[in-house]
Amino acid sequence: MIEFDQAVVANRLHPTTLALGEQRVGVIGPNGSGKSTLVRLINGLIEPDSGRVLVNGLDSQRQGRQVRQSVGFLFTDPGAQLVMPTVIEDISLSLRNTHTKRTERRAAALAILDRFGLKDLAERSVYQLSGGQRQLVALASVLATDPQVLIADEPTTLLDLKNSRLVGDLLFSLEQQVILVTHDLDLAARCDRVLVVSDGRIDFDGEPQLAVDHYRASV
Amino acid sequence: MNQLNLLGLYQPNATLLHRISPGIKLIVLMVLSIAIVVVREAWFSLAALVAVCGAVGLAQMSLGALLRSTRILAIGLALLAAFHWWQNGPEHAIAVVLGLAALILASAVLTATTPIDQMLDTITRALEPLRRFGVNPEAVGLAFSLLLRFIPDIAERAFEIRDAARARGLDRNVRAHMTPLTIRVVAHALSVGEALQARGIGEDVRPGPR
Repeated sequence: MIEFDQAVVANRLHPTTLALGEQRVGVIGPNGSGKSTLVRLINGLIEPDSGRVLVNGLDSQRQGRQVRQSVGFLFTDPGAQLVMPTVIEDISLSLRNTHTKRTERRAAALAILDRFGLKDLAERSVYQLSGGQRQLVALASVLATDPQVLIADEPTTLLDLKNSRLVGDLLFSLEQQVILVTHDLDLAARCDRVLVVSDGRIDFDGEPQLAVDHYRASV
Repeated sequence: MNQLNLLGLYQPNATLLHRISPGIKLIVLMVLSIAIVVVREAWFSLAALVAVCGAVGLAQMSLGALLRSTRILAIGLALLAAFHWWQNGPEHAIAVVLGLAALILASAVLTATTPIDQMLDTITRALEPLRRFGVNPEAVGLAFSLLLRFIPDIAERAFEIRDAARARGLDRNVRAHMTPLTIRVVAHALSVGEALQARGIGEDVRPGPR
């Protein structure tokens, strides 16, 4: 359960109170409307100027470290997210805190790659990957630590149709609660609940199809 | 692509050089660097270069990749050689340039034969005693590997910006190159930092005083 309690970010988000318990929550709205700010509040990348944000009862500001351990974040540009030269090294980096022995860490990283069908890419340089492969590796890296919640901030924006479908389907197949910021309205319509953000406030909150219609009508 | 991948990448293999512990390789590189700078004699630099070439062979490194990645450096070295020849004479020029070439090749051997993960472990372990002076070994190790990871990335950005400047007829305008490059590198660094924070990397997870 993710709870916003009168959370405010100056000039970017008006006081917002929300309780997000659904498995799949979509967030849509124009560029610069505050979608990214909203979801970055959840894992404490941005801290509220007043009010609170709680993830499963943990305060994202005061217990930021624990919150970030249970909330994974997938960015738009996997280029910034993949920080190691090769695929297996990037996955291993996520596992440094849980597996102190190098051999165990490597085995665990290979198992994760196998789960996502990426085992053949293990020793590949992240430069040699296509955009779609990069995003899949980034997702595997984030899920390596087995978070309870996954936030995805426009994860398919840079991808072609085939890859964005692949990443979208994968996101909807996860057991984690997923908060999905997207401009892909078809993808948003598949969620259980959709928030429309506009000018720093929640403009609509409810049924996905109604939310998409509301957003379409507002443009 | 990858034309400026200066230090190259890890090339998985099982040669003797792959199996030696990274700590020993780092120490050899360090000693060699100091020796070349301190001795600064043409014969010594030449000997070092020959020895390093032997190491390249021993590590069974891909020569094609090596040549491609060092081509741009070779131009720089040639310019440096010309300058030193003019300023300090041929012997000094040979000592400096061959020494530098030996060091560049030696570091290429190090990265080609050592996975970053292992290097990270070694650096972290070596810095452990400094923890009591306020050094965070994990953070220093991470900084090292980020450096290696993002050199080619920055080069790629530089090429993109050069093309953009060319498209607008600003080939020779240094400001048209450096200003956007600086801004983009800093902006990229901020998003990398955000991604690291989101992944909880670099946050000290050991239980400690709060």
